[in-house]
Amino acid sequence: MAIKSPEPVAVIKKRRNKALSKLIKSIPYISFLGVEFDRRGDEITAILPFKNDLVGNPNLPALHGGSIAAFLEISAIIELSWMQIWREIENPKLKADYLIDLEILSLPKTIDFSVDYLRSGLPRDSYARAKVNRVGRRYASVHVEAWQDNRDRLFAQGTGHFLMPQPN
Amino acid sequence: MLEKKKKAVEDFFAVLPYSKSLGMKIDFIGDGEVGMSMPYDKKLIGDPKTEVIHGGAVFSLLDTCCGAAAMSHPDQKGPTATIDLRIDYMRPATPKQKIKAVATCYNLTKNVAFVRAVALDENEEKPVAMAAGAFVTGG
Repeated sequence: MAIKSPEPVAVIKKRRNKALSKLIKSIPYISFLGVEFDRRGDEITAILPFKNDLVGNPNLPALHGGSIAAFLEISAIIELSWMQIWREIENPKLKADYLIDLEILSLPKTIDFSVDYLRSGLPRDSYARAKVNRVGRRYASVHVEAWQDNRDRLFAQGTGHFLMPQPN
Repeated sequence: MLEKKKKAVEDFFAVLPYSKSLGMKIDFIGDGEVGMSMPYDKKLIGDPKTEVIHGGAVFSLLDTCCGAAAMSHPDQKGPTATIDLRIDYMRPATPKQKIKAVATCYNLTKNVAFVRAVALDENEEKPVAMAAGAFVTGG
């Protein structure tokens, strides 16, 4: 009996990237802020490249608290959705082609979001990674950490609760 | 309220690049109380299925409005910065409607300004979101 050869890495990567970019491109606010995503396996890092439109205090200058909060909330929602998609695209039976072809995905809805501003946001690129601490059928709890030059020196962190999309 | 103080708050918030890019406007400034609004825009959509604007955009309006309320408090000197802010999203904002926010700085200590805010759309009976936060007291 012949052993089925594993899928070539390029095919796997292409499918994962396509699914992630589909998710991101569907949300106008992500492109408005200019948030990008870097994927390594299932781990994703959100990147907020600096631009003048994100500034709150032009005298310092420092990033606007609102742009930081929006960046954190985006990271949390994408991580949460990505986790759900990942499960389906990695399922050898599904390979989630239907997901990639889907026009619009159902997204989790924010119930509440709380942000700690630890340091002022400098006029440089920011990075964020979210961790889903709990996900159930209805609710999820997500924590996000954001930093700039130094991974150990967070400039903001956030925690939020989300209502999961219900299957029809 | 002192005209000089009102002018200082107005001038500070009129030039914030991020608030400007979201189209935020000051509706009124009182003693420790500020009203602001933000028009609906397709670029702010967070859920393409429902065309509801992103929570981050509502958060941004509430953060700006809370900061302005902290600055407009009679005992507050100079600008302020957010220490922490929590938003509860009570219902999705109705697409194509302007969002209005009203923030109140209800207590100011030597180091911290405590602020609350509410965000509304055209249905003023049911708030879209509520915020509570702490801000740095300048001076």
